Amino acid sequence: MTLSFLKSRELVLGVAILALLLAIASRFPAFIEPANLAKVFNDTAPLIILALGQMAVILTRCIDLSVAANLALTGMVVAMLNTLYPGLPIPVILMVSILLGAVMGLANGLLVWKLDIPPIVVTLGTMTVYRGIIFLISDGAWINAHEMSESFKAFPRAVFLGLPVLSWIAIVAVTGFAVLIGRTALGRAFYAVGGNPHAAVYTGINVGQTQCAAFVLSGALAGLTGYLWVARYAVAYVDIAGGFELEVVAACVIGGISIAGGIGSVGGALLGALFLGIVKNALPVINISPFWQLAISGSAIIVAVAFNATSTRSKGRVILKKAEHAQ
Amino acid sequence: MLANTQGIGNVHPSVTNDQKPVLSLKGISKSFPGVKALSEVSLDLYPGQVTALVGENGAGKSTIVKVLTGIYQPDEGEISISGSSVSFPTAQDAGKAGVTAIHQETVLFDDLSVAENIFIGHAPKSRFGLIDKTAMVRQAKELLARIGARIDPSVLLKELGIANKHLVAIARALSIDASIVIMDEPTASLSHKEIEETYELVERLKAEGKAILFISHKFDEIFRIADRYTVFRDGQMVGAGKIAEVSEPDLVRLMVGRSVDQVFPKRTPELGPEVLRVVGYSHPTEFEDIGFTLRRGEILGFYGLVGAGRSEFMQALFGITRPSKGAIRIDDTVAVIRTPNEAISHGIVYVPEDRGKQGAIKGLPIFQNVSLPSLKSTSRNGFLRLAEEFKLTRDYTRRLDLRAAALDQDIGELSGGNQQKVIIAKWLATQPRVIILDEPTKGIDIGSKAAVHEFMAELAAQGLAVIMVSSEIPEILGMSDRVIVMREGRIAAEFEGDELTPERLVRAAAGLAEAAT
Repeated sequence: MTLSFLKSRELVLGVAILALLLAIASRFPAFIEPANLAKVFNDTAPLIILALGQMAVILTRCIDLSVAANLALTGMVVAMLNTLYPGLPIPVILMVSILLGAVMGLANGLLVWKLDIPPIVVTLGTMTVYRGIIFLISDGAWINAHEMSESFKAFPRAVFLGLPVLSWIAIVAVTGFAVLIGRTALGRAFYAVGGNPHAAVYTGINVGQTQCAAFVLSGALAGLTGYLWVARYAVAYVDIAGGFELEVVAACVIGGISIAGGIGSVGGALLGALFLGIVKNALPVINISPFWQLAISGSAIIVAVAFNATSTRSKGRVILKKAEHAQ
Repeated sequence: MLANTQGIGNVHPSVTNDQKPVLSLKGISKSFPGVKALSEVSLDLYPGQVTALVGENGAGKSTIVKVLTGIYQPDEGEISISGSSVSFPTAQDAGKAGVTAIHQETVLFDDLSVAENIFIGHAPKSRFGLIDKTAMVRQAKELLARIGARIDPSVLLKELGIANKHLVAIARALSIDASIVIMDEPTASLSHKEIEETYELVERLKAEGKAILFISHKFDEIFRIADRYTVFRDGQMVGAGKIAEVSEPDLVRLMVGRSVDQVFPKRTPELGPEVLRVVGYSHPTEFEDIGFTLRRGEILGFYGLVGAGRSEFMQALFGITRPSKGAIRIDDTVAVIRTPNEAISHGIVYVPEDRGKQGAIKGLPIFQNVSLPSLKSTSRNGFLRLAEEFKLTRDYTRRLDLRAAALDQDIGELSGGNQQKVIIAKWLATQPRVIILDEPTKGIDIGSKAAVHEFMAELAAQGLAVIMVSSEIPEILGMSDRVIVMREGRIAAEFEGDELTPERLVRAAAGLAEAAT
């Protein structure tokens, strides 16, 4: 039986993460103390949750650049709801954020499915639109900690069985996704659509619909993260999580999710996000300017893509290809 | 038609010619894993003459074109131009040596202008090393005028029809001073008038002293414009000579061969009740008025030339495209098929022609490829059960004698023949009533071919109705109980029993009248 977790890509990445941790620990042993690792994980939780949704989208040969804008808009909406109706219970807030995020994902998905617009164009567009809407509804104003209710802010930080709720949500999302991807027909369809959309059509799979479903998932997770983000940092404004979509895509790529679609695993997305999270948290500890983080993430992406490209290059390629290379 | 009574069955080219060939291939062989595409073939092209290359699909015609244009490297043999030996390690080398090919689907750039297309790679330069656009347009105009084409050199290529695109390709050939022009079925998708214009053009090229290799399935045009012929069959050259010395029946005979050397399973078909009836199926552009019936246990062959509309019809039958008119009855009940899903739920499944593109989902393991359309039956409460998927896969791939290291191996790692078995297994696992196999053994090795044939016979014996689209005459004859020949989107003929002869099929497909052979 296949244990996707043990496939070489994930194994290599796992080893790389361990090596990274050991290297940091050799100079700053405190970094690998369980309490600190738990903190790093909690810090990385939003990235993990978004990477899962992005993974589904990338598996179907699409990309969702609107996740960070979706997150910010949902965060602003629920923060405003909270200021207007401070008594609104948390489950309602969660429902609203998930639904609102899903609707924004659906908008992406429908544009890709029904109008056949390339996903990168659609989500670049909606990314800007969603950010613009935040400005419109907030007039560019911030919603600060004192305007939010205590329960609103406390939920992601509440500690349950030794871990904050934010971490638990990431764990639940990873588990849920592992089941969805590995054990449902929809998950299988993601792979089929990305692996060979033509063949998927011939197998009776509706390619556009499947891609749309991936966008809805990605949007729903972005919406959920929107509330968690705003509550955790206790602030909402137009530019929160600016540029975060690229970090999310980076986590997927580092995790071995093929931009060409059809290849990738939940384990890979998780490890890719963790890798970035560890780098981000370790740099201040070892006293390196956070600006290096960009260079390091960038290099990690290139190394990961190069590694994936060499490991998946098959031996018996078409002769024509060889002839083309020979030129 | 020209008549000639000499037996030419195995005559070697009796070149009683004054001229020397400008291009000569000797003993060219080319193998691909599992297939010998060319086996010691020879081919000569003469300046100012048209040599027709004829042969069934899979005879090696496109392989030889690729050898000539530097896309494939021959394993053995010699290419010589004007008597001196050459080799074409890349397509550019072939171009420099004066060989140019005009393909059925021209390889040009849609978003560049006609002039740019003609001169790409060798545009006239100004003093500063930049492209001299004025000179380019002027020269393009001259070249187009030379071939009698009325095309504005500054329009974008995508605004032209296929016929004019061919003309641009030919102008390009002239611009690089090609001495050898390969035309691969240049008239396949042209209208009557455009075809006439193409013939005129060929005459002009002849007059300019070009050596032309003309690949065609149409006998009327071969006899009209060719000076010589070369026949390929199963990767071998089986005849060559002057057109004036050969008759049409002889050429057909050379093409199809006498012996069917493959062994096909013996069948005693037991036909059950009618399972599928198609009436007046039409499509705006691809096919018209297709109607037939199919019974349980029957293998119905669809034969025709490439572009006859067979695959397009099958795609409509499977719900990939929608017909403009027509009806289907399944088990004597009217059925409407608008999507592949509806086809599958009616028990009609389709194993497409292009395995790589339409069949195998690379990156997914074998068992997930097989279970993909059957996930409803293998899952419980919406959750997939991998063990069930494995079991299903094991059951069906075993029957097909699949050779794979493990069922969770990536399908992309399998040979073509084994990929085909996985795809057939995938569809059988849905327990269909009608299975459409489009070129089921194209490009797969002999061993796998036999296994696929064997299995097809077994399926029919179990009461499955099989539609087999094939361009290989031996396969069509060896497997089918009945054959429908399509030509230009219509049913040209239907044969069964003793009527099934290679000559009849070729004639019906090419649109020739029944001959007294």
